[in-house]
Amino acid sequence: MSGTSIRFEPDDTFNAFLTVCKRPTHTGGKLAGVAVAVKDNISTRGIETTCASRILKGYVPPYDAHVVELLRKSGAAIAGKTNMDEFGMGTTTENSAFGPTLNPCDTGRVPGGSSGGSAAAIASGMVRMALGTDTGGSIRCPAAFCGITGLKPSYGRVSRYGLIAYANSLEQVGPMGRTVSDVSTLMQVIAGYDRHDSTSLNKPYTHTPHAEIKGLKIGIPEEYFGEGVDPKVAASVKIAIGRLEELGATTVPCSIPSMEYALAAYYVTCTCEASSNLARFDGVRYGPAADTKKPWHEAYQEVRRAGFGTEVRRRIMLGTFALSSGYYGKYYAKAQVARENVRKDFQRIFADVDVIAGPTMPTIAFRLCEKSDPLSMYLADILTVPANLAGIPAISVPCGKADGMPVGLQIMGRHFEDERVIDVAYAYEQAVI
Amino acid sequence: METDVIVGLEVHCQLDTKSKLFCGCSTDYRSDGPNTHVCPICLGLPGAMPVLNKRSIEYAMRVAKALNCTVLHESEFSRKNYFYPDLDKAYQITQYDKPLAEGGYLEIEGDEGGEKRIRLTRIHVEEDPGRLVHMGNAERGKYSLVDYNRAGIPLIEIVSEPDMRSPKEARKFLNKLRATLEYLSVFDSDKEGSLRVDANISIKGSERVEVKNITSYKGVEKALTFEITRQKNVLRRGQKVDRETRHFLEARGVTQSARSKEQEHDYRYFPEPDLRPLHVRSWVEGIVLPELPDARRERFMAQYGCSLNHARTLTGELKLANFFEKVVVSDPKGLSMLAATWIADTLIGELNFRDMELDPVDPESFTGLVRLLKAGTITDKSGVEVLRVMLDQRLKQETPETPAGIVARLNLAKTKGDTGAITTAIEEAINENQKALEDYRAGKAGALNFLVGQVMKKTRGRADPGELNRMLAEALQKREA
Repeated sequence: MSGTSIRFEPDDTFNAFLTVCKRPTHTGGKLAGVAVAVKDNISTRGIETTCASRILKGYVPPYDAHVVELLRKSGAAIAGKTNMDEFGMGTTTENSAFGPTLNPCDTGRVPGGSSGGSAAAIASGMVRMALGTDTGGSIRCPAAFCGITGLKPSYGRVSRYGLIAYANSLEQVGPMGRTVSDVSTLMQVIAGYDRHDSTSLNKPYTHTPHAEIKGLKIGIPEEYFGEGVDPKVAASVKIAIGRLEELGATTVPCSIPSMEYALAAYYVTCTCEASSNLARFDGVRYGPAADTKKPWHEAYQEVRRAGFGTEVRRRIMLGTFALSSGYYGKYYAKAQVARENVRKDFQRIFADVDVIAGPTMPTIAFRLCEKSDPLSMYLADILTVPANLAGIPAISVPCGKADGMPVGLQIMGRHFEDERVIDVAYAYEQAVI
Repeated sequence: METDVIVGLEVHCQLDTKSKLFCGCSTDYRSDGPNTHVCPICLGLPGAMPVLNKRSIEYAMRVAKALNCTVLHESEFSRKNYFYPDLDKAYQITQYDKPLAEGGYLEIEGDEGGEKRIRLTRIHVEEDPGRLVHMGNAERGKYSLVDYNRAGIPLIEIVSEPDMRSPKEARKFLNKLRATLEYLSVFDSDKEGSLRVDANISIKGSERVEVKNITSYKGVEKALTFEITRQKNVLRRGQKVDRETRHFLEARGVTQSARSKEQEHDYRYFPEPDLRPLHVRSWVEGIVLPELPDARRERFMAQYGCSLNHARTLTGELKLANFFEKVVVSDPKGLSMLAATWIADTLIGELNFRDMELDPVDPESFTGLVRLLKAGTITDKSGVEVLRVMLDQRLKQETPETPAGIVARLNLAKTKGDTGAITTAIEEAINENQKALEDYRAGKAGALNFLVGQVMKKTRGRADPGELNRMLAEALQKREA
């Protein structure tokens, strides 16, 4: 990997970066010399990768995630690793073992999460683009809160190999950027089949954004403008949808009844998978070591108790409980039924419309420490988790402000129609520039 | 017989693939240092994902077909979650409610004679964990080291129904299973730790005990025999057999109750989200099986005229069956009967006595020996002596002589007619054993045999038994006259 290097010495007053690579090298290619930030749950060879957790402090992966390998091949310069909620578990980036990231639009507010570091790095101008990951909204939420663009690709479109798993069946690595074009360019680099990820499919992304949306049918689900959605946010989004209509699109009201159970299905599924995924952090092979003078099970307890933060421990315990004997049918199996219902609802709606539009988040960015009880934080994910449950593509693009803070317009599309959601977002972006 | 004994087995066999189940690491780790056959995937490094090795599924399906199982058109991998330092991901990828195959059976020679059908419950595919090496002993060791070379080796678990009625039947089941797997070229029983067995055993009407950690063929018989005695003693004392898990301690030949903690596992199975469900319908139909032990046994009887017992023994191990066919290939009609006896009865006994493998014995030399016997050049007794020399030379890795060479060097060629040596030996034998002479005269049948033995001893077995009998009878008659 010989090549030239760039200087990257940002004034990171927002705590967006956990690791900064001051002289990243790069080769030639589509992204030659572009500084790209990478969320800290994506493995980077030779660069510490912690998932913002004490339990991985000092862990330097011996291999690159597939998406990082693709980034390097495209000539990008890996600028550093960005802050996040520990293991992706959160909506604010406050659950980082290394301190919260601040929202560049208002440093008294959170940047959203869990990819808050990546969003803040872009919003503050430190980098043009970044990789995030989205399990239940973790790309779209910080994109909306920080006023940038972020795409959660269709499940299977981007390799997860090297992404430190939180909830395998829900998450995708995705592009974040200042503009839809940047997001699209980054998507060109990272999408495609990877033989190391059995759930990845041969659907490369070679698209260039196209602003023509005449005749497009947009579904407007009533649930996205109902109870719990800040009226000011809803108003901004409605204006944005109005712009899309002016551009030649038509809107159709629709409903996603399965959303009633979506949040429950999401939290059962992700905590179950997390309880298993995070079991390997025992201090034996990497991370802070166990005290070897103790019996192994005591050493495990010590390492895990000291290494995981409160929210991570809570989710591990929830998932462990939900999977335990006698409860599997009550929780995990039922969650999969609810998930199937969400999929079916989307299929039904997409038989009539091309995309679905609504707000990305029900509110603007929270104040720091505002969401102190976990349940109210979980509720904030209600508009983003359906896309993860169904595996469909969803993008958040800035659409004005409410109370002086950015609002995100969310566009969801059919499975593998990432190109279309990009086009709709691009058409909107071009119209309001 | 112990008809009140009920035994079911769970057999774990390593599939003999070149690479591991979910990564490209080589499975040929046994002669290398610890943690040398590892990668991010089999070390369970954060972010690494499994990719299924198709060959191992192919192998497992061969086994399923050979054991008459129904291969499910869709099967699924699941995670079995538990903490242990040898388990890199803290879960084992295995199959749970959708195994690769269900049902099936294996026929063994039952204790009461005849073929007995042992039904199978299921066959599933899973990964082997790593291995702990305890410094000191396991209970009070200073520390333990972990070796992940074994982590990710493909295993199949074959679960039987509780259809076996004795330790001997369990042993026969395992031997037959091993033979079948070897015929399918999916298993190498010579590799250390390639087979591990958990046995479920109960006395009719009592609780079932699971004995874990049996790692050898002989161990199964030993563990079960111990466990039957233990359970019967418990019942004899009027106590109840506890439903529990016990470990087999191979060195001491006993089973020991596992700590109660180990019995409370809740594995929290759920489908492995990193792997897609496995669809094998058209694949399984395309699998063609080679000749299996039962078919080969029938063929040996029909083609070579082997007895049922000889055919069973010879085909009971792939190597032995191949060896036999190579020995007789130059003259099947002339050599088969003699070769079958000499391999199934004599050779196996001599190998077992030396705890020696068949591999160093070349079929060509053995053909030489059989030819000498066939031609009447040496007696059976000399034949055994030649064979022993042949085996000892190979065991000591000396330059092996040909059977004819050994016969010449040791002067073992059969004494044709009376060269004087036999007559002299007969005279000596009679003179030295006047009691036998009197017994002979008194009509005791054993006396003649005794004298034959004495002469054989003096001639070191070279005398042709038929000739010797005739000459000895003549000599005795002379004395009577």
